[in-house]
Amino acid sequence: MFGYYLDLALRSLKRSPGLTVLMVLAIGFGVAASMTTWSVFRAVSGDPIPWKSSKLFVPQLDIWGPETRKKGGYDHLPDALDYTDAVALMRDHRAKYQSAMYQISPSVVPADAAKHPVHVSGHAVYSEFFPMLDVPFLYGSGWTAQEDHERAHVVVISSKLNRKLFGGANSVGKTIDVEGKDYRVVGVANHWNPQPRFYDLVNSGGFHTDAEDLFMPFQTAIDMGLSNNGNTNCDAIPKEAGFVGLQHSSCVWIAYMAELDSAGAVRSYRDYLKNYMRQQQQSGRFAWPPKTELRDLPQWLSYQHVVPSDTKVSLLVALGLLIVCLVNTAGLLLAKFLRRSGEIGVRRALGAPRAAVYAQFLTEAGIVGLSGGVLGLLLTGLGVASVSWVLPKDIAALARLNVSLLLLTLLVAVVATLLAGLYPTYRASRVQPAWQLKSN
Amino acid sequence: MTIHPMIAALRKHKAGVVLIALQIALTLAIVCNAVFIIGQRIQRVDRPTGLKEQDLFLVTNQWVGAPTGDDPASIQKLDSLLREDLVTLRSLPDVASVSPVNSMPLLNSSWNGAVALQPGATLQTIKARTTYFFGDQNFVTTMGLHLIAGRDFNAGDVANKGFRNTSEPNIIIVTKALADQVFPKGNAIGKAIYLDGSNTPSTIVGEVARLQSPSTGSGSNASVWNAVIEPARLDGNFALYAVRAKPGRIQAAMREVAPALYKADPMRVLDDDSVKSFADIRAHAYRADVGMAILMGVICLILLGVTAAGIVGLTSFWVGQRHRQIGVRRALGARKSDILHYFQWENLLIAGGGAVAGVGMAIILNLLLMKYYEMNRLPVPYVLAGVVVVLLLGQCAVFAPARRASNVPPVVATRSA
Repeated sequence: MFGYYLDLALRSLKRSPGLTVLMVLAIGFGVAASMTTWSVFRAVSGDPIPWKSSKLFVPQLDIWGPETRKKGGYDHLPDALDYTDAVALMRDHRAKYQSAMYQISPSVVPADAAKHPVHVSGHAVYSEFFPMLDVPFLYGSGWTAQEDHERAHVVVISSKLNRKLFGGANSVGKTIDVEGKDYRVVGVANHWNPQPRFYDLVNSGGFHTDAEDLFMPFQTAIDMGLSNNGNTNCDAIPKEAGFVGLQHSSCVWIAYMAELDSAGAVRSYRDYLKNYMRQQQQSGRFAWPPKTELRDLPQWLSYQHVVPSDTKVSLLVALGLLIVCLVNTAGLLLAKFLRRSGEIGVRRALGAPRAAVYAQFLTEAGIVGLSGGVLGLLLTGLGVASVSWVLPKDIAALARLNVSLLLLTLLVAVVATLLAGLYPTYRASRVQPAWQLKSN
Repeated sequence: MTIHPMIAALRKHKAGVVLIALQIALTLAIVCNAVFIIGQRIQRVDRPTGLKEQDLFLVTNQWVGAPTGDDPASIQKLDSLLREDLVTLRSLPDVASVSPVNSMPLLNSSWNGAVALQPGATLQTIKARTTYFFGDQNFVTTMGLHLIAGRDFNAGDVANKGFRNTSEPNIIIVTKALADQVFPKGNAIGKAIYLDGSNTPSTIVGEVARLQSPSTGSGSNASVWNAVIEPARLDGNFALYAVRAKPGRIQAAMREVAPALYKADPMRVLDDDSVKSFADIRAHAYRADVGMAILMGVICLILLGVTAAGIVGLTSFWVGQRHRQIGVRRALGARKSDILHYFQWENLLIAGGGAVAGVGMAIILNLLLMKYYEMNRLPVPYVLAGVVVVLLLGQCAVFAPARRASNVPPVVATRSA
């Protein structure tokens, strides 16, 4: 029976090519616009580490106090930690894994004297950074807690820097020259560039195209005076000059992340943070009651507004376009179906049940949807390709065409057209056979 | 032409009429808001920076194994490296002038602070928020700023200081916007202000017409023109140089930079994008805004196209349905233009209804966007323009089917259907 309806539908569509083309175009464009913006939206709002994001937590401490907040006209705690607290939290070591981290940007001098020095981006972190964030390794591994403690001159480099300096060979055990000092390579990370850069939202604001080239032990970087290359926020001007002055100040510039595997662990870590701040208050560091926050990664991403509001607005507008296209399709299908009242009347008079009319016309709507979907596929491909031309590189690079997006495009087109076809079909099935027969 | 029979006719196609009206309403609501967003983006992108942007480029340099800059001796060492670079750059054949800088408009890396009229200001006594620029006696010329009062810096005014040195300068140049905000009665030249809660007064010696803050974020609109220029070379392990090429020689000048700097001292990092024209900086800074405007524009065009297509389709259907009726009217003496006008009026009626609903929807959509996505209030002219656009769109779309209807010959009336 379905084959028969298919045949009927194709005949009907051929009979009024103008209307058919209008419908297919409308659906194609509507679906393509929504799917293109959807692909961007999906790319920027994805969970960068879905298998453990609910176990990763970012602490915030109220070291500036309610007065600063009131005068500054905001009501959130500092996004990062100052040096004193970051080091204290690391020393107390109350989570399964934890790491303080700050952004560095040293120069690396290749052993080959003919090459110019290169500038690399990276982070100073603790050894637990690597197991906590499941950093994949091509060669070697992260450094040990012992090496953290000894302030060892070791580094983990990216596979990209490894290619640049060692031609891609296993470089574990070799040394590289960072800011004029030798460091031993202990690991080469295997293409690791999570988006958004969730461990460093304070600096990146979310998205970066380039993977980081270098990680070194936090205290080693402090020792070597590799100053912070990321944001520094202060409630007061540091009393001493220089990088050492920054370490003694109440300026915040250190990101912090902890892994807590159970609800109990989260509770006790919250208590620990409160207690820590209470001790600080009692020791006379500040006068206000302790206030802390502990957000898991999904909450932290949303708190930091990682998804650009531009992307959300354009998604909304594209969805609006899709709705208009569907209203449009509904209107055109209605015109098309009612034009065939006579035919419906005959079929009904000959004994076809309403269900048969439904089947026939929904088949026709489905075909329109499918054709619109195929056109939509082509246009979505075009749209995603041109996104890179229109949007900032770091966001556009994330919007990619893949099988699931293509299938989704088709599915949306067909389902949406069937929905749009429901009312016209309902109207068609209501045609009174007797009335149609008489008038003809 | 009387409206009454037309409404009676429309009542027979309730569903079709409602669908067209709904489509027009939605289109109006979306297009108004989208065009408003586009307008705001274009306004942002079009703001003048106050610079003479042509022939201007930026050089970013980092020294390898340079001293930390935390103690006086290493600051002097860094300063000599920086001054050497200035000499090298100034000697290039296609370069007109050079100044060390800490940032540039649209570079998105800014030094921010606050100014006050009393020493030791607290948050309550602050007069205005501002951005800081640091440069030497060539800053104003190199950036191409327009000095409207007072004097420029001279070589004797310029000092050097460490990157994290927080001492304040004796003299400064400010933008007109900042001067007007701090001294509403005018005549800021010669007056002293206090920077960042300092106790040292800084005297205003000059005023420039305009200098935009480096930050392009949407939140910085209030103080986007506030800037203080300090006569200082900042000594850190990296340096930025603003370079003005001789007129029309920017490409040549940019090519000369890296080889010359490497020749003077190879122990430095110059990345691929270390020499960047201001045009590139501008394009990069506003890429997201321009992108958003284009995306919205494309969606609006598609939307209008789809709506027009819907009107064409449904009106054609109605014309086909009423063939005989039209023939009868023609036979009874209706002119072609009467038929044409009939369909045009009919469309105006439907589109008008849709537009009324659309105005309401546009306002609701705008309120939602304001609530969730920091959008501004939609100005009335945008809504009115939107109404005119959808009405015109309806008239254009209906024209072809209506023409076809008016060409139905009266003889159709005599045929049986």
